[in-house]
Amino acid sequence: MSLDTAAASGEGQGPSGRRGRDDLRFALRNPKLLAGGTVLAVLLLTGLVGPAFTGGAPNAYVGPQYAPPSGDHWFGTTSFGQDVFTQFVHGLRATFTVGALGGGIAWVLGMAVGFLGGYRGGLLDEFLNMLTNIVLVLPAMVVLIIAAAYLEARGLLVQSLFIGLTTWPWAARAIRAQTFTLAGREFVDLARLSGRRPWRIILREVAPNMYSYLVMSFILLFGGAVLIAAGLDFIGLGPTEGVSLGLMMHHSVAWGALHLGTWWWFVPPGVGITAVVGSLYIANVGLDEVFNPRLREL
Amino acid sequence: MTVEVSELRVHYRTLRGSVQALDGASLEVGDGEVMGVVGESGCGKSTLGKSLIRMDGRMRHVGGSVRLGGEELPIADDRAMQRFRYHEVSLIPQYAMSAMNPTRRIGRMIRELLESRGVRYAEVRRELERRLELVGLGADVLKRFPIELSGGMKQRVVLVLSTLRDPSLLIADEATSALDVANQRAVAEALVQFRDRGFIGSMLFITHDLALVAQLADTVTVMYAGRSAESAPTSELLRRPRHPYTRMLLSAVPEVGTTIDESRQEGIPGSPPALLDPPSGCRFKDRCPLAFEQCATRPPFIEVASGHRVACWKAE
Amino acid sequence: MGRYLGRKAVLYALTFFVAVTVNWMIPRFMPGDPVQSMLGRASVSDPQARAAMEDHYARLFGLDVPLWKQYLGFWGSLFQGDLGTSVWLFPTPVTEVLLDAVPYSLVLLLPAILLSWVAGNRFGAFAARSRWLDNTALPLSYLLTATPYMWLGVLLAWGLGVVAGWFPATGAYSFALTPAFTWAFLSDAFAHWVLPFLSLFLVAFGGWAIGMRNLIIYELEADYSAYLRALGAPRRLVRRYAFRNAMLPQITGLALQLGTIVAGSLLTEVVFAYPGLGSLILEALNNRDFFLLQGAFLFIVIGVLIANLVVDVLYVVVDPRTRIQMQGGA
Repeated sequence: MSLDTAAASGEGQGPSGRRGRDDLRFALRNPKLLAGGTVLAVLLLTGLVGPAFTGGAPNAYVGPQYAPPSGDHWFGTTSFGQDVFTQFVHGLRATFTVGALGGGIAWVLGMAVGFLGGYRGGLLDEFLNMLTNIVLVLPAMVVLIIAAAYLEARGLLVQSLFIGLTTWPWAARAIRAQTFTLAGREFVDLARLSGRRPWRIILREVAPNMYSYLVMSFILLFGGAVLIAAGLDFIGLGPTEGVSLGLMMHHSVAWGALHLGTWWWFVPPGVGITAVVGSLYIANVGLDEVFNPRLREL
Repeated sequence: MTVEVSELRVHYRTLRGSVQALDGASLEVGDGEVMGVVGESGCGKSTLGKSLIRMDGRMRHVGGSVRLGGEELPIADDRAMQRFRYHEVSLIPQYAMSAMNPTRRIGRMIRELLESRGVRYAEVRRELERRLELVGLGADVLKRFPIELSGGMKQRVVLVLSTLRDPSLLIADEATSALDVANQRAVAEALVQFRDRGFIGSMLFITHDLALVAQLADTVTVMYAGRSAESAPTSELLRRPRHPYTRMLLSAVPEVGTTIDESRQEGIPGSPPALLDPPSGCRFKDRCPLAFEQCATRPPFIEVASGHRVACWKAE
Repeated sequence: MGRYLGRKAVLYALTFFVAVTVNWMIPRFMPGDPVQSMLGRASVSDPQARAAMEDHYARLFGLDVPLWKQYLGFWGSLFQGDLGTSVWLFPTPVTEVLLDAVPYSLVLLLPAILLSWVAGNRFGAFAARSRWLDNTALPLSYLLTATPYMWLGVLLAWGLGVVAGWFPATGAYSFALTPAFTWAFLSDAFAHWVLPFLSLFLVAFGGWAIGMRNLIIYELEADYSAYLRALGAPRRLVRRYAFRNAMLPQITGLALQLGTIVAGSLLTEVVFAYPGLGSLILEALNNRDFFLLQGAFLFIVIGVLIANLVVDVLYVVVDPRTRIQMQGGA
């Protein structure tokens, strides 16, 4: 064994604290991460505290119809006299919920399948890999349309669950590949020889060595879930109760906002979704630069 | 042609400051000589190799000079260096296994490289095939993709390709480290044979394998923490090492085939200094059993016997 | 070669099997007996249509027939090309309704996919060249991929269609015309096609550009690039190799992105009332025409599977490594 590998493996175990501090140092001066994170934080805060300030139900008829943005109604009103800003802040909340839940479920599934297949190998891996590829090829959105069409009452939770069940495969594939290479490393062998249980090894030895990877795949799954939910809402398969950004777009288009020129009805929800997903993606690039020293700008 | 590197200083820019990877490396290689450059990982030997042919974006030439046959190499000037690359200075890289474009047939890749450097492929084709034969490869490898070749074969193709222009200086950076022992020997012998036939002028053989250097090299330079520690004809260095670091290296090598890196762990206590903010004076002093007050100033790299240079106050 | 493609074919056959099974299972096993509620909710005034629908449901979901027989029956009628009768357009068979819509979907999808792929790759490779472009075009591309397909469609329809009036914003051609190979019709159809195409193209374009930019940076740092540069190869050659090698994962990416782009096109069609499968799905949903809905699902799955197979064949042709491994070479 040469010193190069010795140094590399030493780096892996010993000064992991320093590695973490380094990451943080780079994180705090990465413009993409900061910009994405800031936009995201502002939107999240709006979604969290906004509903308390706007008061009233998002679908209540509170003002004149077709009113353009004004001091009373910041984002104007719908053709029914609903306040667009109230709907917007409630919609943001729904968007974050679907992203976190749907993305979270897909993430957990992806990790479970990826870790298990990559670590165990053999027949189990063959099977999981086949399953992953099948779900990967099936267009998730179309499956979701069929499933949602048969549901009488649809809520955020069910929608998130369905999205989670259909969008995990690419994450599973990526995690499996990473696990596969890590499972062959010496420190994992060592843990195995010392008789530790597989799940403990995966959680203690494998997962921490690819945490950057895991964080980034969660972000992408989150963004994907938001976009898919918006699409479902848009064709009228959204939550039957309440409000979401996708539903706002659905209603605005269905009630002719395009031709009536009431742009304030359909612009904000789209901006909201694009801002949430876009800032996630840009923050993700920033994270990539932080975690991957080769991409660090000097 | 002779190669003279004097007081070469090349630093890496990082966010935490500049890493003084090469901070006063000196060596002289005579015409047609093979010089082994040895040292632990991080001693600057690979940085030295890179500096002589192509510095990457993070490297900065801070001082010192490189002369090839009396002419100064513009190592800091990427464009001016272009003229020398491949024709005068060539490289067998550490990563020879993956040095060829995986999606091009080898012959086509070589042709495209040659023609981009203003060499007509048809004119060198016969010589190329002859040299491939010298290293035991048939001309049919040119029709293959790299993935179809074994590691040893790829290494030999790269060896032939890198030396096809008869460079005055060849930098072989850990050229054999990735190979098994049999292939290592074959490649090392091919290198010497190429030198003997005049395909290669001088050669810098960068490695951490002392045993290989003993077989292959005419002279040896030992590097430590970015500086030349000792330089001498191979037999002289092996028999009469003067620098305490060299002595420890040699005494720690129990038998042929072990590398410096293994020996370091048993033989020499401590580890090399961090090069982000290296100590002043002699960089070995913290690990040196002979250290005394004078080591707080940097010892000059001076000749103590014919062709034997050492950077140590205690060497005589 | 045969082995690799054979494996893929098996995968796709399995996927098709799973898709059909899911298609059969969903209405059968959803909570609250969806078949009954379907019949109850179906707002079909035509008594003939209602009778046909009940009959078909009885065949597929008949209570007196055991499950496995229902399942086999489902496959049986599928192989005869029988996907049921559309309730919305009674008594047209679902297959016929779908086949009428497919050309419109393809006319949108194929150019959007291919052109965005080609243009996105070129642009991504170009952007990776300069830091300035990289810092401006890249965030823009990320915003584009983060844009919901239908929202970009709505913006374009509103901005360029309604407000500017440059292009018509609904339908595939003007009501006054009938499809024919005349200049008047084709130019009209083209004008209707521009906006939905553009919104599909732009979102997909951003994704490809980002992918290519990242891949090319990776390739430029690969060992073979470093070696070429050390030997003084000009930038042109190094870039050509990097671009070519970065294209390979992008071809795989094409297969992976198909589902997303197809879903995007469904939404885009809805925005522009473009009479493809997407609009059909919307009509099916609004009219509770579940046969049509399930038929559309199968059509889309088959289309995606065929496209995947095409991409696989293409990949084998382009990447020497897969070819060699398939021949059983070293």
